[in-house]
This record gives sequence, structure tokens and C-alpha cells, in this order.
Amino acid sequence: MMAGPASTRRAGQAGIVLWLVLMAAMAALPVPEFWITLANYIGMYSLVALGLVLLTGIAGMTSFGQAAFVGIGAYASAVLTTTYGASPWIGLVAGVAITVLAAVALGAITMRLSGHYLPLCTLAWGLSLFYLFGNLTLLGQFDGITGIPPINVFGFELRSGRHIYLLIWLMVALAVMATLNLLDSRSGRAIRALKGGVVMAESCGVNTARTKMLAFVLAAVLAGLSGWLYAHLQRAVNPTPFDLGAGIGYLFMAVVGGAGYVWGALVGAALMTLLGDWLQSVLPTLLGQSGNFEVVVTGLLMILLLQRAPAGIWPLLVRAVQWPFQRRTGSAPVAAELPPPAGLRAIRHARILPQRAKPAHGSPVLEVRLARKTFGGLVAVNDVSFSLAAGEIVGLIGPNGAGKSTMFNLVSGVLPLSAGEVHFMGERVDGRPSRWMARAGMARTFQHVRLMPAMSAIENVAIGAHLRGGKGALAGALRLNRTEEASLFAQARTQLERVGLGGDGLREAGSLALGQQRLLEIARALACDPVLLLLDEPAAGLRHQEKQALAAVLRQLRSEGVSVLLVEHDMDFVMGLVDRLVVMDFGSRIAEGVPEAVRSDPVVIEAYLGGVE
Amino acid sequence: MDTSIALILAQDGITTGAVYALLAVGLVLVFAVTRVIFIPQGEMVTYGALTMVMLQAGAFPTTVWMLLAMGLAVFIKDVWSRLRPGAAPAGSHVLRNSALLNLLLPVVVYLLARLLPLQALDLPAQAALTLAIVAPLAPMWYRLAFEPLAHASVLVLLIVAVAVHFVMLGLGLAMFGAEGARSNPFSDLRFHLGPLSLSGQGLAVIVASVLIMAALSLFFNATVAGKALRATAVNRLGARLVGIEVAHSGQLAFLLAGLIGAFSGILIGPATTLYYDSGFVIGLKGFVGAIIGGMVSYPIAAGGALFVGLMEAYASFWASAYKEVLVFALIVPVLVWRSFSSHTLLDEEEE
Repeated sequence: MMAGPASTRRAGQAGIVLWLVLMAAMAALPVPEFWITLANYIGMYSLVALGLVLLTGIAGMTSFGQAAFVGIGAYASAVLTTTYGASPWIGLVAGVAITVLAAVALGAITMRLSGHYLPLCTLAWGLSLFYLFGNLTLLGQFDGITGIPPINVFGFELRSGRHIYLLIWLMVALAVMATLNLLDSRSGRAIRALKGGVVMAESCGVNTARTKMLAFVLAAVLAGLSGWLYAHLQRAVNPTPFDLGAGIGYLFMAVVGGAGYVWGALVGAALMTLLGDWLQSVLPTLLGQSGNFEVVVTGLLMILLLQRAPAGIWPLLVRAVQWPFQRRTGSAPVAAELPPPAGLRAIRHARILPQRAKPAHGSPVLEVRLARKTFGGLVAVNDVSFSLAAGEIVGLIGPNGAGKSTMFNLVSGVLPLSAGEVHFMGERVDGRPSRWMARAGMARTFQHVRLMPAMSAIENVAIGAHLRGGKGALAGALRLNRTEEASLFAQARTQLERVGLGGDGLREAGSLALGQQRLLEIARALACDPVLLLLDEPAAGLRHQEKQALAAVLRQLRSEGVSVLLVEHDMDFVMGLVDRLVVMDFGSRIAEGVPEAVRSDPVVIEAYLGGVE
Repeated sequence: MDTSIALILAQDGITTGAVYALLAVGLVLVFAVTRVIFIPQGEMVTYGALTMVMLQAGAFPTTVWMLLAMGLAVFIKDVWSRLRPGAAPAGSHVLRNSALLNLLLPVVVYLLARLLPLQALDLPAQAALTLAIVAPLAPMWYRLAFEPLAHASVLVLLIVAVAVHFVMLGLGLAMFGAEGARSNPFSDLRFHLGPLSLSGQGLAVIVASVLIMAALSLFFNATVAGKALRATAVNRLGARLVGIEVAHSGQLAFLLAGLIGAFSGILIGPATTLYYDSGFVIGLKGFVGAIIGGMVSYPIAAGGALFVGLMEAYASFWASAYKEVLVFALIVPVLVWRSFSSHTLLDEEEE
């Protein structure tokens, strides 16, 4: 017997309870004040690092500027409580509000940037805000603000570190729970899908710009919350703890702990805080006072860690804990299953999702008129026209480089047309983004499979059902989404079963064979309840029986009124399946018709086999 | 502000801008070839300037110790990768070359620094020795910190670059102390052109920057090594397939960046008081220029950096407290413009 996902989950829950008990015990027992102080800092740092895990590790956007958001939260409350005599709780609300506003403003500028622009931009704003804190008279310039009142909870003032300890760690625990819940929800899956690239997420109907902004604002709010706690713990603020160095430190924490893991934030914050404290006490006696050797050693350790364990400490910890169990229960599991998502656990609450009304059999679904796409001087698609009716399977074939995949990208809104029109369900749709196409009922797969390899197969399919739910991040974080999640996962399970992957739902998508990954993409596309299915080489990598099963699924869909447009090189598969063929060569349509006619068309034969000299 | 002040500020701006432009070019080069955002470029500047100060004071430059130590570390790494169990077989010339580069060269530099009458040397000789001490540190960092992570994501490389920056910062404090310093000016000449008063110092910086840019352009367009670098920048896999050793390209790019950084330090050393920790902000301003160039175009990056210098000069006149805010806020409109001008939805394929 190997450790199944259920027992892993129970072990995880036991770990969380143990952790909570330990943290609570620290407050009750006569632990030295120094430890409490360290724990307070670890807690406040954890909140910021948690935001970075969400932003950097999970959504794939790097920020060096989180310390600036901590500063905004701290300064907002500091000014309100000292200058205007407001309650710290008003300061909290205002601090979060200002943090959100700042994040939205900065995000609006930077979220659309990819790759290295964003981290560099965060460096810049981290620096700018630091100088701004230090120069504004309202904020006390570089001297800062003193005399900040303590937080008052039901008439009890949290004056000492020991008092505020419980509040800090209560917030950490709530933030961790909310983040875990969020990531296991509709919005959370959209955030996780960002790392797979914009194209895949948008093709499933995810508004990636909004989702990025969501992750960014959430990370900023966590940082602002930490700043609020900091201001009322220290009872004084000045710009130094919010400088760029601190921002870099937060990112180090997330990366050291494991940027891809919620618990990595806590591990990283604890480790870096303890390490920094230890180095500060040890190094001066070892190396003398003349240099700042703490940064040197920290830097060297970072380099070594990233070379040895780029995913951080948390996965190593998990493996170390699991190792004795695995040894006892035999060899390491070959196809490890992931723990079931909440929607699957609550599947008895599922309702049938409403389905789109399918167009009448034979009515026009897709019409491409003189579509043209040029890349510089290259004409990839040259004035191609074709159409598709409801309940029809059309094959788009042609030699390599004929422009088939470009045609797909034009139809699905991934690429803009250079000229021509695309009509879908009686509406002109060229120029619309691909998430709009998904909403209108067009779903697609990709020639190079685009899945989230670390997510379970069924969660990948659930991303496809994104548009069939409507609950937002708050509902996700508070678990007010049980019925919807259950319904989405019931739908995902149906589609997985339909393509023959019913038994593989909890496997990591990346561990599936290539052919199965293609089927998984089809299941994801079906979960969107499409009117038109665009399949880019669906049979590549499938075994003979799998191909037959796939053909059966597609025929079944056709009988339900779904139209299918497919690019495929496997002629046996295509000829036995499609109603019509469109043949492309060098960007132009060279033939169209029923398979038998196309097969004997001399132009087609010449395109595939070359002319007779 | 009258014309003469405006002109003085313009001259200041162009002089510092020229140095930022050099840094921007170095950053773009390293990024294009290795995908590393070379944050420690700023430390190369301070190391260069402060080593020069030490030489001119006749003191033994402490940076030589760092050169010896890092050379030894790289050599040990090479020996280990040859001798560890399961190592790929390689010719004996690998270790010989490594010993020459990482042991002999630092020792020669050490002997020169010990034996030469440092203070009495003329300016070019002092500059050359400074470059020989500081510039090799960059490729050595590449070998130690970045090469083992050649396939890691840009984020991981960026964080390693920040870590290297911290290490160099901490060591900088130990080597140079917390005091700021200025090196001797190159010339006390002043030229008078109508209302314009040009300092020989500023002119020297501008001329040197232009010459370096020209030399780089020649290197990239007319030499095999330069073309190999460009090929690596365009497509790493393709470069490998035509026989370019990507690791060599990386080392070369870092060496060039090290030379550019250290030389920039020598150029601005006489004009500004530099502290061990001044490098970061200087490097970042080079970045702002590089960002304007989209991290890909050398001329635009250089032009952007020049603009940053001008902006800084005028900002320090009008609102000196907000100088840094203004300079870094400058990226915002640039990024907005960039984000609206690039409209491709297709992701870059994963590397």
C-alpha cells in the first residue's frame, strides 16, 4: 500500500493543527521576550512573502517592490492615528484602501509587461517610493513618525510584543487559509493558469489582464496589512524598513522558502529572519566589525541554494518528511496522485450546469471570408475563405507550412487578421480577443500542448469550464463557492470520462503521455460547452485504439450539434471522419470538397507529392 | 534659470549620461547573451573607481585579494568538474587554460601591484592596471554563480544577480571602508566657447564613451568573436548548432561588461565622490536607459541613458530632494508607451 492522496491530506491537516497549537502555546508559555519579538517579525514578513508566493511563484510575476506597499500600509495608519487621532482600525481600512489604489495604479502601468520589465519596474518604484517617504513633510521626512498608538481590541490595548503576537499570527493563519482556499477555486485556477502563458488562459475565457491585476492587488494588500501591524508594533515608522533592500529581502524569503508553495512563504520568512539574526551575532566575532559580512554570507548562501535547490526549501522538507513513510510502504509511487481539490470532495453538491443552446443542424456557424495574414513580407494566409455549418466536421489539411495553424490562430482570435473577415454564429468576430471567442462558444486545442503540467488533469479541465462559473476571489477565499465548485468539477469529470481519462483525473497533467495530454486538452475544450471545436492535430501521438475512440467522441459531438474544425496529418483518421476537407498550400486554399473528391484532385496530389516534371 | 546655467546642466547631464549609456550597453549585452540582468554592474563601477583611488594614493589595492580568491575558486571548480566521479572526459588543455586564466593572471596582476611604483605611474597605466584587477571579476562571477544555472529562468538568474550584488557590496565595505573618495581629475583644462565653458574632464568622459561605443560596434560587426556573441544573443540553440560555445560567449559578454563597468568607474571617479555602496543606484540608472531600449537595442539604450543623465541634471537643479524619484518615475511613461506599442498576444515560446 502506498500513501494515497487521502492520507497525505490527513497528514497535512494534522501538521497544520500541530503548527497552530505550537504557535498558540508560545503565547501562553513563559517564552523569552526575544523569541516573541522574532516570532512577531517572522509573522509580519510571512504576510509579505505570502503575497509574493501568490504573485511570483504562482502567477509568475516578480516584484522587488513589495516593501513599498508595506510602507504605504504603515504610513497610512501612522498619519491617520497621529495627525488625525483616528483609531488604528480606521488606519487599517484606509491603509488597505490606499494600498489597493496604489497597486491598481502601478498595476495598470506594469501588469501588461512581460518578462524582465516588471521586476525592473518594481525596482524603480521601490526606490521612488522610498525617496518619497523620506522627502514628504507630511510623513515626517527621513525622521519618520513617532507616537503611534497601539491597536485596541475590545478595549484591550495591545501594548507589548506579547500582546500583538496573537493578532499577528491570527492574521497569518487567516491569510494562509484564505490563500489556500483561493488557489483551490475558480479564480485561483485562473491565477495559476497565468504561468502557462496568456494564450492558453485566454483561450479558456480567462481575462488574464484582470487576473494578473487580482494577484498583484492581493499581494499588495497582504504587504499593506503587514505594514499596518509593523506600525502599531513599533509605534514609530521611518523610511528605512521600506527601502529597496527590504523589498529584495522579501523576494529572497519567498524564493528561499519555495516561491511555488504557500507554506514556503512561512518557511522562508522564518529561515531568513533566524539566519539574519544568527549571522549578526556570530559574524562580527568571527570576521571582525569592519565589513558587512552578513550580506556577504547571505548572498553566498542564496547563490548556493539556488544552484542546488531552485524550487526552495519547502519541497525538500516535504520530501524529507515523506521519505520514511515511502520507505516503509515500498517503492516510491510511480504515478503519484495529487490530493483531490475541494470541488471534487464536495461533488455530491453538484448541480447540472446550464448548456448553451446548439444552433439548428446545418445552420451556418463559422464563415471565413478572404482571410489574410502577413508577417512582414511573408503571406502566411492568402485570402482564404471557407465555412462550417452546425453539426459538421471539416478537416483543414495541407503540407507543413501551409498556414493551417496560423489560420487557427486567426479564427480563434489569437492573431489579428491583416485583412478579411471572420463571422461566428452570425456575428462578425475578427478583432475580438480569444476570451471573447471562448465566451461565444469557440474552444480550441493547441498544436504544441499547453497544459499546466504541475496541476492535476481534472483541474486542467476545470480551467476550461472557467466561463461556466461566476464566483470571484472573495467567495473562493471564504469557501462560499461549494455548489459552483462541485458543479464545475462534476462537469470536468464528465468530460475527462468522455475522452477516456476518467481514471487519471488526479494525476499530474505533466506525467501523462503526450497522446493523453492531447486528449486532456480536448476535454478542457469540451468543458467550455463549445458550439465550435478547433482541434490542432488531435490524433498526433495517439495509438490506433485511442484514435478510434477519439473519432467516436467527435462523431458523438457532431450528432449533438457541435461543429468541429480540425487540422490533422493522419489521413486515415481524417478521411474516415470528416464531412468536408479544405486543403491549403503555401497560404492559399487549393481545394475544398468531400474527402473522395479531394483525394483525387490533381492539384492536391501535386501539392503533397510534387508535380511530374 | 538662465542660458549659462542651462548649458552647464546640459554639460553635466551629457557627461553622466555618457557613463550611464556605457552601463546600459553593457547591461543589454549581458542580458542578450546570457539572460542575466547584471545588477552587480554598479559594483563594477565603484570597484573600478575606488581601486583607481587606491592606486593614486599609492596604497596596495585590496581588490587584488578578491581577484586572487575568485580566481582560485574558479580553478577549484574546474578541477572538481574534471576530477569528480562521473565527470565527462575533456582534454588536458582545459585545466591548463583554466590555470593560466584564473591562477597565473591574478598572480601577475598581484606582482604588478606589489612591484610597480603605483603612485608614480601615469594615468593610462593606472587605468590599465585598474581594469586588469577589476574587470576579470565579472567573468569569474559568471563562472561561479551563473554558468551552473544557464538553463534557469530569468527570475532565478535575476535573484542570483542580486545575491552577487550583495556579496560584492559587503566585500566592498570591507575593502574600501565606509569613507567616500574621489580620484584625481584627468585634466584641469577649460575651454571657452562663447557662453559655454567646457571642462576638459567632461570632454574626456564624452570622448572616451564615444570611442568605446565605436570600438564595441566594430567588435560586433567586424570580428568573428563579436559575431558569435550576436549569434548567441539571437538564438542560443542555433548558435550551439553552428559550433559556438555558449559558455564562452557568456564569459566574453561578462568580461566586456566588467571592462565597461570598471572603465565607467574610472571615468566618473574624478567627478563624483563614490562610496562603496554608490554602485547600485548608478547601475539602476543605466538600467533605466536599457529599459528604454527594451533591453535589446544598443543605440536606443544609449540614447535613453543619455536622456536619464540630462533629466537627472535638470531635476537636481529644480527639485533636488525629488531627483531620484523623478529619474525612476521616468520609466513609467516609457513602459506605458512600450506596453501599448507591443501588441502580440502569442507568448514567446518557452526557452
